Amino acid sequence: MRYILFEFKEGLLIAFRALRANKVRTSLTMLGIFIGITVVVLMSTAIKGIDNSFQDGISALGSDVLYVDKWAWFSNEDWWRLRNRRSIDMADYYKFKELARLPIAVAPVISARQTVKFGDRRVESVFLNGSNADYVKTTNFTFDQGRFYNEVESNASRQVAVIGSEVAVKLFPRGDALDKTIKIGGANFKIVGVLSEQGSFILGPFNPDNQVFIPIGTIFKNFVAQHNGTITINVRAPNPALVEETKAEAEGVMRKVRGLKHDEENDFSINQQEGLMENYNSVVGVIQIAGLFITGLSLFVGAIGIMNIMFVSVRERTKEIGIRKAIGAKRRTILTQFLLESSAICLLGGIAGLIAAILGSMALNQYFPTSIQPQAAIIAIGVSALTGILSGFAPAYTAAKLDPVDSLRYE
Amino acid sequence: MNIINIEHIAKIYQVGLEEVQALRDVSLRIDKNEYVAIMGPSGSGKSTLMNMLGCLDTPTKGKYEFNSVNVSEMTDNDLARIRNKEIGFVFQTFNLLPRSDALHNVELPLIYAGMPFSERREKAKKALVDVGLADRIDHKPNELSGGQRQRVAVARALVTNPSIILADEPTGNLDSKTGEEIMQLFNELHEKGNTIILVTHEEYIAEHAARIIRLKDGLVEKDEQVSKRQIPKSSKAITT
Repeated sequence: MRYILFEFKEGLLIAFRALRANKVRTSLTMLGIFIGITVVVLMSTAIKGIDNSFQDGISALGSDVLYVDKWAWFSNEDWWRLRNRRSIDMADYYKFKELARLPIAVAPVISARQTVKFGDRRVESVFLNGSNADYVKTTNFTFDQGRFYNEVESNASRQVAVIGSEVAVKLFPRGDALDKTIKIGGANFKIVGVLSEQGSFILGPFNPDNQVFIPIGTIFKNFVAQHNGTITINVRAPNPALVEETKAEAEGVMRKVRGLKHDEENDFSINQQEGLMENYNSVVGVIQIAGLFITGLSLFVGAIGIMNIMFVSVRERTKEIGIRKAIGAKRRTILTQFLLESSAICLLGGIAGLIAAILGSMALNQYFPTSIQPQAAIIAIGVSALTGILSGFAPAYTAAKLDPVDSLRYE
Repeated sequence: MNIINIEHIAKIYQVGLEEVQALRDVSLRIDKNEYVAIMGPSGSGKSTLMNMLGCLDTPTKGKYEFNSVNVSEMTDNDLARIRNKEIGFVFQTFNLLPRSDALHNVELPLIYAGMPFSERREKAKKALVDVGLADRIDHKPNELSGGQRQRVAVARALVTNPSIILADEPTGNLDSKTGEEIMQLFNELHEKGNTIILVTHEEYIAEHAARIIRLKDGLVEKDEQVSKRQIPKSSKAITT
């Protein structure tokens, strides 16, 4: 056993000597693996970064919140059937709130998109949400400034607003949003609260930081005629473990509220963040596989390059191999030496690639969320070493099998 | 004490469809502290015989006993071990590792023998000092003259304290003066008790030995003791 360690260590020293003796060739060979690993790791950090952002954003919706709506987020049903469903209105909401026992908060929400202005600054396409004071209880909102509007303000339909962090930054770059008056679609609203930043990056139309909340009565007054819009009832379960139970109760209550007979189908849907998560996960899964496959190909090309160079190296060093054998190197000694050489090249290239990828991720982070994971590092190192062993094996075996007499004669 | 005992060995090569008999039927014995020269024209089989003696190759027929051990049917690994510990090669073209310094070249057999770092460094240094290269230990071969390179090769051959030193045209790539210096070195080694086998086609080199074996067409033609070693008259060496 000790002898194996000795041979390994000496083989490593001899391998490094050989690599150092030919620095240019060594570096060029390393380049293939370097590029391969850099690209693969970068891709995985980018994918993971986007993944994390999505998950953060989705989490902002709350895993313990149900959304009772006319529309279903994911459905195999005809859109037409969903469209033809009766709208949900405030009457439904009040009845639901009365009957549901489990939820710790129930709030009505109706949305529109509007432009928000302050002075000569404007933010377009803001998600305008109308709800009552209970809304904040269905969320995990934290405030940078101020507070949510309260029951009094809500019931009186005062023109007050709570704005999201991105809206605040765009309208009030100096951060002095509180108590100012903004114009939403021509009407004035006083800011009583500014939300902290929630989920950062979501590809898609919904950005949780680009929202504004106003008392639901003001929406009905200024923006949406009560009959036309449908409201969503946000229902918060006491805790994530009771979500399913709360959902079951909500369904029962809603059916009653809507006056459905027991053989009639639901004319509403109860949506959850979980469905969004599942849907999203499958999409990300595909992107991940495709991305890794493509970048894996470049790593493969690098490995082929290494095998190529190792074969050339063996051919070129035939005489040297003959000398080593003549003075007593066994076949396995030669095999070990060349295997270690190719592994060392790949390992060094892999480590360099990992460092480059980490630096690249940090640079890329300005435009794009990236997330460096320790597993990526371990896998990168492991793949590099494996590539070295696999691509070096055939050349090393060839070297070991050379006949010393012929090798010594080789010129 | 008998070191080499060869009985009726033959070596046959397949070259394409033809069979080439490099050695037909060679028998000989070499004892400890002998100084033997093996001579013959091209095609006589002397290179093949040298490869046999050096355990670089095994005979097709016959028996080869080295230090009373039958090596003719040994595995590659066992042959490698014998080459490492018992045989010191000196080649015509020196055959040093070009990108390693003298010390590393000389310590290489000791690495393959499994000797730990400080011990082998000591031994390698001593071997280099013994051949007169104490001040060239960290030079690479391209920083050494031909004679110095061959000395490094001799040091490498000696470092494992081998049973025999096998030299194949050791002066072939050296000028006559340097060549004579190397032959002097071999004489010293012989006087110290080493067994030296020289392969050459030059008479004046062979005449340094005490016994000359002449090969022709794969057979031993003559095997004679040169009873008193004289400094050969035909030597083109010495005078400055």
